[in-house]
Amino acid sequence: MAKRKSDIGTLYKGSPGQWSWLLHRITGVAIILFLFAHVVDTAVVGWGPDAYNRVTEVYHNWVVRVLELGLVAAVLYHAINGVKIMVFDFWPSSARKMKPISLASTVLFIGSMIPITWLMGRDILNLALGWDL
Amino acid sequence: MAVDTQEHAAEPAGRPRTGRRAGRERPGAGFELWSWLFMRVSGVVLLFLAVGHVLIMHVIDTGVSRVDFEFVALRWESPFWRTWDWALLVLALVHGINGLRIVVQDYVRWPGVRFAVNMLFAVIGFSLFVLGTVIVFTFDPSDWPVT
Repeated sequence: MAKRKSDIGTLYKGSPGQWSWLLHRITGVAIILFLFAHVVDTAVVGWGPDAYNRVTEVYHNWVVRVLELGLVAAVLYHAINGVKIMVFDFWPSSARKMKPISLASTVLFIGSMIPITWLMGRDILNLALGWDL
Repeated sequence: MAVDTQEHAAEPAGRPRTGRRAGRERPGAGFELWSWLFMRVSGVVLLFLAVGHVLIMHVIDTGVSRVDFEFVALRWESPFWRTWDWALLVLALVHGINGLRIVVQDYVRWPGVRFAVNMLFAVIGFSLFVLGTVIVFTFDPSDWPVT
């Protein structure tokens, strides 16, 4: 007889929600830590164009823009998964459809990341390799 | 606060997960209930403010490539965008700092250290709120006339 799934590879015996719980936490912490820096860098605009343009130049660097793509993904994941959490919270009976709802939110996240990765990635490639996409 | 962690640890391992509730239990009353509610209400608003901000500033057109002093000066000519950015600043900070408090609750067990860490984040959050608010409402590009 085949081994039960829980006997083979999972880290611990939680529900699939353990992964979205973990990702929600990681993306949330990442976003607030970035926000700390982001409020300060935006505030530099109050010190005039010389100071502020020196700051935004950092964000125009293509390596930083790869990190920026990660930030956008984090915000989007946190937002979509947050909606999923609220669906379960405010319509408790939907918890019975936990699997399809989780699947739908994952599909929505990946589906929206495809055009976003293209739009942002195009610019990154142009900057990094001098292309003209 | 400590009770929360205790309850979590005491959850029977064999309990079926297909029951009527999913995820984190809603706090019964008091501050934690308001915190729970705030995270959801601010979450809905941030869904528009934060996702909109990210799409406008980072995704469409040439994204952050076009952001410089002039871009901000032009954008903040409109009270609409100043209000948007200020609301985003406040809600994101409170939502994020409260989120950190919940994370700290899970990983920092010793009450003194927990209090210190929470205070540190609260002070950072409040300072950034003041800094951001001052800049959003006092920024005036005519202080630096184009020569």
